[in-house]
Parts: sequence; C-alpha cells; structure tokens
Amino acid sequence: MYSEITGPLLVLIGTILFAIPLGRYIGKLYNGESVWTDKILQPLDRLLYFLAGVNPNTPMRWQQHLRALLTINLVWFLFSMFVLMNMGWLPLNPDQNPSMSADLAFNTSISFISNTNLQHYSGESGVSYLGQLVLVLFQFISAGAGMAVCAVVFKAMKEKQGTQLGNFYFYFVRSCTRVLLPLSIVLSVILLFRGVPMTFQGKDQFISLQGDTLHVSRGPSAAMIAIKQLGTNGGGFFGANSAHPLENPDAITNAFENSAIFLIPVAMIFALGYMLKRRKLAWMIFGVMTIGVLLLLIPTIQQEMNGNPAIRSLGIAQPLGSMEGKEVRFGSAASAFWAITTTCTSNGSVNAMHDSLTPLSGMFAMLGMMINAFWGGVGVGFLNFYVFIIIAVFISGLMVGRTPEFLGKKIEAKEMKIASIIALLHPLLILAGTALSSYLYAHHPQEYAGWLNNSGNHGFSEMLYEYTSSSANNGSGFEGLGDNTPWWNISCGVVMLLGRFLPIIGPVAIAGILANKKQVPETAGTLRTDTATFGIMTFAVIFIVAALSFFPALALGPLAEYFGIIH
Amino acid sequence: MKEELFPAIRLTLVCIVLFCVAYPLFVLGIAKLAPAKGEGETIQRNGKTVGYAREGQSFTSDNYFQGRPSAAGYNAASSAGSNKGPSDPDYLKTVSARINSFLVHNPGIEKKDIPSELVTASGSGLDPDISAAAALVQVPRIAKARNIDAAKLESLIRSNTNSSVLNGIEKVNVLLLNLALDQIKSK
Repeated sequence: MYSEITGPLLVLIGTILFAIPLGRYIGKLYNGESVWTDKILQPLDRLLYFLAGVNPNTPMRWQQHLRALLTINLVWFLFSMFVLMNMGWLPLNPDQNPSMSADLAFNTSISFISNTNLQHYSGESGVSYLGQLVLVLFQFISAGAGMAVCAVVFKAMKEKQGTQLGNFYFYFVRSCTRVLLPLSIVLSVILLFRGVPMTFQGKDQFISLQGDTLHVSRGPSAAMIAIKQLGTNGGGFFGANSAHPLENPDAITNAFENSAIFLIPVAMIFALGYMLKRRKLAWMIFGVMTIGVLLLLIPTIQQEMNGNPAIRSLGIAQPLGSMEGKEVRFGSAASAFWAITTTCTSNGSVNAMHDSLTPLSGMFAMLGMMINAFWGGVGVGFLNFYVFIIIAVFISGLMVGRTPEFLGKKIEAKEMKIASIIALLHPLLILAGTALSSYLYAHHPQEYAGWLNNSGNHGFSEMLYEYTSSSANNGSGFEGLGDNTPWWNISCGVVMLLGRFLPIIGPVAIAGILANKKQVPETAGTLRTDTATFGIMTFAVIFIVAALSFFPALALGPLAEYFGIIH
Repeated sequence: MKEELFPAIRLTLVCIVLFCVAYPLFVLGIAKLAPAKGEGETIQRNGKTVGYAREGQSFTSDNYFQGRPSAAGYNAASSAGSNKGPSDPDYLKTVSARINSFLVHNPGIEKKDIPSELVTASGSGLDPDISAAAALVQVPRIAKARNIDAAKLESLIRSNTNSSVLNGIEKVNVLLLNLALDQIKSK
C-alpha cells in the first residue's frame, strides 16, 4: 500500500531539484546574461524580432507593457474565433468534425488565450486537427505571456528608482523559445517513445476480439500534451485528458507529465531569487507555497487511498482506494497527487475525473484554485502571491507600528487599494457566478435540468467548481456539468477574461508604481520580509482572505456531502 | 494601442509558423522513429488488427476476462468517465446492480472478494487494465465456461501481471490476457 506513494514522492523531490537550476537559468535569461542555449537559439530569437519588427532593447514603462500584452491578446482572440468557427471546412480535418457555435468559440478562445483551457467541447469530436494545432499555439504563447509579465514584475522589484522595466517582446520571446519550446520537445520525445501517438491520420477502424466494430481516435497529440503540461494549460487532446491511455499510457509517462505540471511555476520562484539576488526571499516564498501544497496534498492522498465510504457500505473491497473515475495503471495516490498539483498550479489537466473524487478531496482541489498562489500558474502564480505579500506587509507594518515597506519601497494607500481589489476579485467572481447559476437552477428546474449530473450537495459543488476553475484560469472541471450551453459558455468566458487580466494588471501596476518610488535603505528598524515569521504572516493572510471567504460555499457543497456520506 | 498593433499581428504570424507548423512537424519527424511510427501500437492476430495495446475493449461474455465498466461503452472515439459523485443515490444503485450481476455470473464469490475497480467506471472509459486480484476473482467462472484447469488460468494471470516501481500496483492488461487465454486448449 505504501509503495503507491513512491511515485508521487519521487516526482515531488525530483521536480524541485530540477526546478532550482532551471530557475537560475530563467533568471539569467530575463537579466539578458549569456546562457548555454544562446548558440543554438540566439539566431532564432533574432529572426523572430526581425520578422515581427520589434526592437528587444527598447525599454518600456509598466503601462506600455500592459498595452502590448492586451493588444496582442486581442489579436489572438480574433484569430482564434476565426479558426474555431470555420475549421469545419478548413484543411486538416480527416474526421470531419464541425465548426464551433459562436458561444462555444467565444468560451474556447478566451479559455485558451487566458491560459485556462477550460474545455466545453470534447477533443475527439469537437475540433479538427487544425483547431488542435491552433490551440497548441495558444498553449505556448499564453504561457509565454504569463511568464513575460512576471518578468516585468521581477524587474520592477529590482529597480532602485526608475520607470524603465525592460522590453515586453524580449521577455515574451525568450520565455517561449528558450524555456517552453526546448522543454516541450524533450517531453514530447519521452511521450512518443512510451506510446503517445503523433500522426495526421484520421480515426482507425477494426473488429475487436469480441466482434464489435471499433473506431479509435488518434492525432498529433504528443506535441500538444507536452506543452499543455509545461505551460500550466491543461487542455488535452482527447476528451478524457491525461486519463486517456493514448494521452498518458503508463506510470512513467504519468510521472513525467505530473512533474511538468509544476516544474516551471516552482522554477519561477528561484528565478526571482537569482534576478533580485535575494535567495532567502525566494526560499521564504517557496517554503510558504510548498507547505500550502502539502497541507492540501497529504489529506487528499489519504482520502483517495482510503476509498469511498458509500462504496464500502455496499460490502465490496477497495484495495486500490476510491476507483470511480480513476485508472488502474496510476492508482489512487498518483491520481490524488495529480489532482492537487494540477489545481494548485492552474494547470487543469486531469488523470482522474475530479467529479468522482471523494468529497474532501474535491474540496481540497477547489481550495487549491481558490487560493491560486501555492506555486500557481506559470508567471501568474507569483503575481497572485505578490498581492498577498503586499497585504501582509501592510498588515504587519500596522501591527508593529512601522511604516510598511517591501524591498525598501513604501507601501501606501494607492498600492493597498489595488491589492485589496485584486484579492477580493477572485472570491467575487466565483461566488457571484455560483449564486446566479444556483438561482437560475433553483427557479427553473425543468429548463436547466440538463445542467447537473449529480443530485444534492454534489450538484452544487459542480457549479461552484466550474466558476472556481474559470476564475483561477485552471480549466479542470467537475465534468458532469452540462456546460456546453450559452449560459455556461458566456458566463464562464467573462469570468475567465476578468480572472486572467485584472490579476495581471493589478500587480504590474503596483510593481510599476513601487519601482518609481525612492528606495529607503534597510536599517535595523526595517520589517524583514525574508524570514520565517513573515512567511507565517503571509500564510495567515492567504488563509484568511482566500480560504475563509469560501468557507460558507464549501460548507454547502463538499463539506455537507462529506458529513452525509460518513454517518 | 496603434503602435502596438502591427508588432502584435506580425509577432502572432511568426509564432503561428513556429508553434503551429515547425514544432509539430519536428515532433512528427521524431515520431517516425518511435514505436509504431507514432500511430498507436496495435495488436495483430492472423494478420488482422484486433485492438490497440493501450486501449481497453469491451468483454461481456462469461468466457473472457472482463475489464472495468466504461461510461463511454469502450468507444475509443469518445472517451469519458461517468462523472458521478461519490454519494449520488443513482450512482450507488448502478454500482449495486453491477455487484449483483457479478455475483450471479460468478457463483461462489463473496461480496467482500470483489475489488472495487470491477464495479466502478474508469476515468477514460478505456482503461486497459485490472488488478491481478480482479483477474483472479474471475478464474472459477472462466475455468467452468472454458473447461480449463483453474491452476492453468492462475499461472496465465501471473505471467501476464506486471507492475511499476512507481506505484507497486499489480495489474493485468485485459486484452492481452484474453488473447493469451484463446491460445489455451480446454481439457
């Protein structure tokens, strides 16, 4: 039984050990120092700058960074809408899958440019191969954009006093070509040699041993699976995502895919330590985040391995734990490990169906997304954590009667207002969305009967999970929800849009404003932010602001279900 | 915004070439060196494809080992789990019915000997595996249906069992097991 934990333990330790040097490498990249990939990839970068007509050495102010980010995202959105609504007649469609309706294309486009990868369609029948390839594009560039804005904030934190925060295109291109692309190639090769398909052939057909005619979906999936894992995207090639045997054939691919989920998010913290020359601060942040992840992870593994109490009362054995929605080749521990790492990091790929997790595990998965800053998505995870740091600095400053300062910069009313708005936005989007949907469902039970796949508290959890996943830009789901309807497509689309860009704009603005303030030299009276005490303080702020605001909703959903099931 | 628009469009076009064309083609090129040329490993019998090694298929007859229940009906063009929550009354009724049906088809087996994966649906609906215990519990039924020694079947299961050090789960690929089963002559 304990051998089931071997895989998760190895993946956890191995990934962190690899993330430390990777973080240093990313830090060097953003600093513009020479790195070993220069020889091969420098010419590619130059070609990209030349063809795009940008000068990577022109520094930008924080407002210009945001303008560049928002403009390019608008272009991506329009391009995506065009392809998704026309792929039925466009080339590379051997299975003759149809084009998307406008509301589904709206949802899917926002989902992929916002690094969410919420999928209200099923991969085998909902998109053509061309559509899949365009989604691969967004899996690279949305992740690259998230890393780029994170680099802007790092640069701003480093600044003594100034407004020039590097060049957006420089950070963006380097994130894509120097980090995401090489890692994706390595991972896709590993997957290929373990049996993941990569072909442009359409469906295969054969007669099974029992005499049934079977159709097998295939496609160019290895390339997509690599980047969907590495870029905290999560949008899989097949409907069942990484539970699908062609997407994740065995325990070894599972270990690599799971490692890829949190490799770059963890590396970004060490990149910060290198760029700012503040290793201790990076270790404090890493410590708080990792303890947070472990607090969610350990009970989830225990719950899943322990099995479903309702199944136990039917009198059968559960030697492998709770197996509904899980695959035998992974087992309960590896599925629970995946469930927590994928929700903490805003990845959202799944190797087991979250709708069938036992109640408390479902709650911990939701909490990972509600907090959204324990490791978090590539780049944006740190931005969320940054907001909590600002709030923690302010509160601790008030508690000990000192001027709140972070890295020598005074935190004043304006920054605090922005930080508070961003910290409260996430609960607002989730709870308002869930409340509206619950109202609609409760008052029109006939009309919306197709929404919920489960009755009672679990049905409520399905709706709560969907908005949590949208606002956290996660993309996983309690997939029993009948979500391909105009209401869910449009409301989740709006939530994803706000949940992506406001939490980017806020921290970039705070960092930009702070960068331009005069740096106060550190004295014995300065509140130190790289200590364990401050780490505990930040953890408390996260717990109170992020976790407790959701407690009433969680009590109605998973907690009520849990107490109903164990009696 | 105007000064950002043209670089944005041009950079997007360049990214399309790099990530939608060059990257997939590069991986596709490597795929030609991979097992089954990246088209998915198939299982052949008498020169005909009878299945994909990684994907489970439906076995309903009593003289084959049966795999896990599938919410997708083992349709490999439409993978899906049941997405049933752990406490849903309809779901628990379904599981109960599967348990009862198993007991009817496998007389002599007690409830507590049924491993849960035999009566719960997999995540993908295409799970190719069951645990060795779940195969062993079906031995008496198949021994009777095929008139084969139970000991022979048990050793067949043992030789088809494998496990990974990453999780230690002893599992059997149902399709491969049944292909091997078809090779055994009855007494």
